[in-house]
Amino acid sequence: MKYLIGIILSCVIFSCAPDKPVGDTKESEANKSAVEAITDPTKGIGAIKNVTMNTPLDQDRIKRGVDVYNMKCQACHTLDEKRVVGPGWKDITKRRKPEWIMNMILNVDVMLEQDEEAQKLLELCLMRMPNQNLSIGDARDILEYMRQNDGEK
Amino acid sequence: MKTHTIHRVLSVLVVLTTVVLWQGCKPKAPGSVTTGDAASLAYVPPGKYDEFYNVVSGGFNGQMSIYGLPSGRLFRIIPVFSQFPENGWGYSEETKPMLNTSHGFVPWDDLHHISLSVTKGEHDGRWAFGNANNTPRVARIDMKTFKTVEILELPNSGGNHSSPFITENSEYIVAGTRFSVPVGENTDVPISTFKENFKGYISFISIDPSHGEMKIAFQLKTPGISFDLARAGKGPSHGWFFFSTYNTEQAYTLLEVNASQKDKDFIMAVNWKKAEEYIKAGKGTKSKAKYAHNVWDESTHTGVSTIMDEVLQLDPAELKDIIYFIPCPKSPHGCDTDPTGEYIVGSGKLAALIPVFSFTKIQAAIANKDFEGEFAGIPVIKYEAALHGEVKKPGLGPLHTEFDNKGNAYTSFFVSSEIVKWNVKTLEILDRVPTYYSIGHLSVPGGPTTKPHGKYVVAYNKITKDRYLPTGPELTQSAQLYDISGDKMKLILDFPTTGEPHYAESIPAEMIMPNSVKIYKIEDNNHPYVSKGEGMTKVERKGKEVHVSMTAIRSHLTPDNIEGVKLGDEVFFHVTNLEQDWDVPHGFAVKGANNAEILVMPGETSTLRWKPLSTGIFPFYCTDFCSALHQEMQGYIRVSPAGSNVPLKFSTGKIEDQASGAGQ
Ligand code: HEC
Ligand SMILES: [Cu+2]
Repeated sequence: MKYLIGIILSCVIFSCAPDKPVGDTKESEANKSAVEAITDPTKGIGAIKNVTMNTPLDQDRIKRGVDVYNMKCQACHTLDEKRVVGPGWKDITKRRKPEWIMNMILNVDVMLEQDEEAQKLLELCLMRMPNQNLSIGDARDILEYMRQNDGEK
Repeated sequence: MKTHTIHRVLSVLVVLTTVVLWQGCKPKAPGSVTTGDAASLAYVPPGKYDEFYNVVSGGFNGQMSIYGLPSGRLFRIIPVFSQFPENGWGYSEETKPMLNTSHGFVPWDDLHHISLSVTKGEHDGRWAFGNANNTPRVARIDMKTFKTVEILELPNSGGNHSSPFITENSEYIVAGTRFSVPVGENTDVPISTFKENFKGYISFISIDPSHGEMKIAFQLKTPGISFDLARAGKGPSHGWFFFSTYNTEQAYTLLEVNASQKDKDFIMAVNWKKAEEYIKAGKGTKSKAKYAHNVWDESTHTGVSTIMDEVLQLDPAELKDIIYFIPCPKSPHGCDTDPTGEYIVGSGKLAALIPVFSFTKIQAAIANKDFEGEFAGIPVIKYEAALHGEVKKPGLGPLHTEFDNKGNAYTSFFVSSEIVKWNVKTLEILDRVPTYYSIGHLSVPGGPTTKPHGKYVVAYNKITKDRYLPTGPELTQSAQLYDISGDKMKLILDFPTTGEPHYAESIPAEMIMPNSVKIYKIEDNNHPYVSKGEGMTKVERKGKEVHVSMTAIRSHLTPDNIEGVKLGDEVFFHVTNLEQDWDVPHGFAVKGANNAEILVMPGETSTLRWKPLSTGIFPFYCTDFCSALHQEMQGYIRVSPAGSNVPLKFSTGKIEDQASGAGQ
């Protein structure tokens, strides 16, 4: 049942983002089998089961992502590899699946409770990453910004 | 609660002592009149929630406090009329305007009564109102944030005791003065001219139905007597308000004796719908008056105080049919309308009976002009004509009455220290229990509404004596919880309280809990000095003022190194909490501050003013344990001599001197 909700959620995700839905034209292509998505532990735990990523990057998303970062994340995360309170974000999109990143942002309490990777980070930083109350759209914007920070075009 | 399986084996298990009926007011040894399952009835297991929010006045602490029922656990103190160094209320720059009055900044008051907002006579869970007894004011608390969001001062009042009772749809709360006072241009008159110059005023304060904002709609000029308590009519009596009065002798000294001369004082019945008609017809007169109206703006997280200069008044001695007096024995205190709105219970503090008046009979008496005379130009209805009946020999010193959902009334007796249960229609006494000791108000959840929730009655006692471990001459105030779900009242819990609770209301948890705000959205913060992100932090000099726009997030303050402040400067720390997670406030304190700390909620900005009196390095830190590295959440501000040329600068995480320890 929980999974079903998850799947439904992942379908409506981008329609409830605060902006017009991104042109996910190649959705079917990027969409792998739903079952695989559910059971893939590297995607983390939470409502985000599948993220479609397009190129070139969506510049509007990046702009909004920067604003959210400055207001709600920058106090603890740098854009390079330097750890302040939390880990630096350099190459995070290469280390982590996009779903994992968004679940970490949106469902951090459960992630810190149950996800092994998140728990390793907690042991390292000794400080619980706060839930900064982002919408799914905000988290997706952040992800786009992280991709740009990692050199994608 | 009954289904709880956990039964604590009790040390308080219980010898049923004989319930002594006519107890003297002298405390007896601590009584154990609880029954076997008492503990389980009041027990809320760890991790479980209480059934009711209990909103309790703090009396001389000027605050409200929130308890859970049936556990009696204290959850929060909401600062209202008094400064509260614990969170900076009345100390932070934003909250200071909330305590502004026509007498300047008034940092303390005496909060006696609570009214919860109602719709169609039933609790709606939106606002709680409280009165200030000393410097007359009323306050509104938002039940979503549990924060005082408005304070309105009352002109022409000498002590706002008969307040803030509320009408059936929260149209008005009222404010009746306890002291009559001279009003107008010249108030410098001999006290002995009381009869001639002193007046009592009653304010009707309208409540905006959508956002709750208060406004003095009109004041009624009444004879120079004292107003004590009041209740609105409901159902058939909606449109009327009933006030108890004392000192109809119009004494101005030794009231203890001189205001207790007459056999009967009055209950004053006010037809406020009639008053509204007169106002519509333009019969009100505008009168000069100076009073403060303070409103909290949630978007700027700042209070704004406006001084008002006018009120609309009506004179019921000239405008007929607004008020009538009903004789009521011996200095009536409580004046309570039952859930049907038909019965009005007057409790004469010194009487040995409780008169119950009938609204239908009052109306008939008015129609038939069944008057025994006039008092100061106002008709006095014949006692018998208004009377439904008397509760005979109920106890000594009746004070207040609340109601359950089964047609019963519960009256508190100060002198004989007990609660007496009686049937409103038949006036028959059904049960009585002792209280420890000398009960004042009592409170049944929903007791003053058209739909009482029943289940419990809480006694707010005036004398504590031997109920708890002694703590020197000054003791906590004691409350007692009784189960009233059966025929007999059962004492199930003693609980200490904070301040000096007078009155309380209780409301089912599910009416409040889902609406409780968890954070303020940082996006919506419009404070002029907000820092929406560390990138926006700064330190600016404006003449002799230094404004620090600072952020707090686990676990650092930005900036945490500040230099360039000079002796003679005033520093304003505007601290924005960047957290957006529930229950992560940060605090801020700086050495030598002559005010308090501030507690900043997630997404909020709050300002502490600090005027250093010497040069040197001053530490500041976060006062609310926020994370494992909370102890590290600290910084320094440097103060240099007045003429110094140390430049203004600020930073966080910047290590200037690589040779210093930190740089290694
Ligand atoms: C108060 C400090 C703080 C803030 C603010 C904060 N984080 Fe974190 N973040 C952490 C910590 C600490 C961790 C490591 C996990 C832990 O200890 O809980 C972390 C981990 C992460 C990770 C995983 C990093 C990795 O290397 O895998 C992501 C993604 C993340 N945060 C995103 C965000 C976003 C997006 C925001 C802003 C909306 C944000 N964080 C705001 C402290 C913070
Ligand atoms: Cu802190």
